[in-house]
Amino acid sequence: MYVAVKGGEKAIDNAHAWLAEERRGGTSVTELSVAQIREQLALAVNRVMAEGSLFDPDLAALAIKQSRGDLIEAIFLIRAYRTTLPRFGGSEPVDTEKMACDRRVSATFKDAPGGQVLGPTFDYTHRLLDFKLAADGEAPQAPMTDAPPAETPHIMSFLDRENLIQNEPAGPEVPDDLTRAPLELPASRALRLQALTRGDEGFILGMAYSTQRGYARNHAFVAELRIGAVPVEMDIPELGFAVDIGEVTLTECETVNQFQGSKTEPPQFTRGYGLVFGMTERKAISMALVDRALRWKELGEDNVGAPAQDEEFVLYHADNIQATGFLEHIKLPHYVDFQSELELIRKLRREAQAMQEAAE
Amino acid sequence: MSDYNFAYLDEQTKRMIRRAILKGLAIPGYQVPFASREMPMPYGWGTGGVQVSAAVLTPEDTFKVIDQGADDTTNAVSIRRFFEKTADVAVTEATAEASVIQTRHRIPEQDLRADQILVYQVPIPEPLRFLEPSEVETRKMHALEEYGLMHVKLYEDISQHGAIATSYAYPVKVEGRYVMDPSPIPKFDNPKLNMAGIQLFGAGREQRIYAVPPYTDVVSLDFEDYPFEASKADHACDLCGATDSYLDELIVDDSGKRMFMCSDTDYCCSRRKAGHIGAQGVPYAEDAA
Amino acid sequence: MQAAILEGGFVEAPIDSARAFRQIMTAMAQPGTINEVTGALPPAPLSIAAGVVLLTMCDPETPVFLTPKFDTDEVRAWITFHTGAPFTAANNAAFAVGAWGDLPLNEFSIGSSEYPDRSATLIVETDHLSVTGATLRGPGIKDTATLSLPDAQAFQNNALLFPLGLDFIFTCQSDLAALPRTTKVS
Repeated sequence: MYVAVKGGEKAIDNAHAWLAEERRGGTSVTELSVAQIREQLALAVNRVMAEGSLFDPDLAALAIKQSRGDLIEAIFLIRAYRTTLPRFGGSEPVDTEKMACDRRVSATFKDAPGGQVLGPTFDYTHRLLDFKLAADGEAPQAPMTDAPPAETPHIMSFLDRENLIQNEPAGPEVPDDLTRAPLELPASRALRLQALTRGDEGFILGMAYSTQRGYARNHAFVAELRIGAVPVEMDIPELGFAVDIGEVTLTECETVNQFQGSKTEPPQFTRGYGLVFGMTERKAISMALVDRALRWKELGEDNVGAPAQDEEFVLYHADNIQATGFLEHIKLPHYVDFQSELELIRKLRREAQAMQEAAE
Repeated sequence: MSDYNFAYLDEQTKRMIRRAILKGLAIPGYQVPFASREMPMPYGWGTGGVQVSAAVLTPEDTFKVIDQGADDTTNAVSIRRFFEKTADVAVTEATAEASVIQTRHRIPEQDLRADQILVYQVPIPEPLRFLEPSEVETRKMHALEEYGLMHVKLYEDISQHGAIATSYAYPVKVEGRYVMDPSPIPKFDNPKLNMAGIQLFGAGREQRIYAVPPYTDVVSLDFEDYPFEASKADHACDLCGATDSYLDELIVDDSGKRMFMCSDTDYCCSRRKAGHIGAQGVPYAEDAA
Repeated sequence: MQAAILEGGFVEAPIDSARAFRQIMTAMAQPGTINEVTGALPPAPLSIAAGVVLLTMCDPETPVFLTPKFDTDEVRAWITFHTGAPFTAANNAAFAVGAWGDLPLNEFSIGSSEYPDRSATLIVETDHLSVTGATLRGPGIKDTATLSLPDAQAFQNNALLFPLGLDFIFTCQSDLAALPRTTKVS
């Protein structure tokens, strides 16, 4: 005799209870606060804000706490929350020239107005585990410097004056919005940049790396990488002018890339662009390289069939929330489908066997 | 959940989905692009179906959710709870009592009525996707009604296996025009796609909605000499004795002994309540106790 | 006038629009059925049903075309206040409102072969709507249905465009019926 198993509801409740307990971890250890995550795991918070497409360090920190440090899960929480928020309007484009730069480096000029500012970078740390941190994480006060200038000119603007860098035509007044309309191909550059900035850091990094290794190599130099806070302004129709509604920290990367020139245009440099929420320079540089690779058509280059040139491939596979959901769904029950395959393969084998026997 | 809107989605999103549904019904089998939203459950777990359900549910509805034919599978439970919380709808496991049924991978055994709506969760809405990975290309194929690739694939199956080797998500042609993926239902269910109820298909991650209005002509692709055949395991249900229902196969002991039972748990249960008992079944009351 | 414009919208938009959409969807899925809707009190000459369809389906993303008879300051103001939909010429319209003879059928978008969904939906205001008249066949109809239609030839021509074409919603007081491009009229 067989009695059908039921218990989905109970199983889910129990799983959630266990998950909550595991999230808390051993109770002899002090609970982690959201503020601690926001302050001390700031780069994780930045990644969650960038790929979650929502600038809110406290919510990102909360999501990291809730997700037990699984950043893709945290990004998912932020995205799902973000879609429920009402939309009051669009901001003015941020002016990164007005960025208060915490970090600003150029690989193309030894020095330029505004100077090179290393900022809080891992770059020249020796990657030696600091065992002292295990016992004591307090840090001495870092040396202070004068406040950065109110405006720091872009390195690219100096190339622009000589017409050495390809001119970027202005986009439409209101760009397409990846989160409001279904993706349609070919995609505008605005849509491509949106997909890249919220795309999975690992995926974008891998794509960018592939261009460096020869799959649509485009000779990128980092003309400028800058990180800092920029004001966000919004036009208030009732007032008739734009007002500051806050500030966001951004990482901006502009690459200068070689361009052969064409029959109609003298040789010029071209650019790739990366702009990402928070201090996220690996992502911003990767984004600039992939942006540049995707521009082959508008710049009159050959499609060499490299993955990073394939807009459809890159845009459809960059989003880790889409990817992880679909990847993980194969652990859901599929026994109805599997059963239909079982019947078919048994039938095909029966027929094949019968044919074989008849032949013998 | 009072912090969230009725049926979770904001009104503008619902309007956008509703417009896609109307166009889907007007162009049966055509995949309407829509700006799918992130939902509080993962892509691939029914976000398309959930968005469609959210756009059609009213407070008066009675909602049923099945996964693999069963109401009690964990993902079905999870989705049912979501709408209980966010839309405050009544829920049921009885097919006949439901006004909206969200499903993953099955069509209920019991015929649906004209006042019932069946919402399918769809993973890959494009029937040509596994033959042509590019969306740009497949969109062209649909525009030109160029379905040769699909027939070649089915024919290659026949030359290799002596039969069409597709057993689920078996492609259909709708109203003589669009080739459509009926979602990964077993091909046993394909004949039921001609029905009195409204069928809506939602693919969240792939951002597509499509529809089949009642009594629409839906034909499973086949060849004259290799006609389509709806098949199931050649057994009766071991719990209720049904011979006309799609069956799940279970391995019941270490020696690999099998048993078969209805995949549609409501159908099986209703039959047992009515006194039908299969080879390994028990009368209904004993089980319920 | 100002007060009238602010009124006549859905009292409880999420619920009212859900109920209304179910009726509109049923109409589109079952050509030849007449469905009653409530919840809107638009300014004349808009009918209740046309008002409900506009409130349920339209927003800033859907350009609306009004035939001259319906293109009054009051109607415009009401639609703007309650939906935010922009007004447009016929060729750019997602939705249009007008009496049968006034709608410039040849000017509306019928979609493209790759995107047949990018076609207009016409809200046809009528004085009379009943389930008698032309015979309908096609998706959503068991064998045949009948519906009072203002014309037959125009709908036959439209059906020949399938999968392109226009879709129609007929409105009369608080009743509505629909005729998608798939319906064959005789």
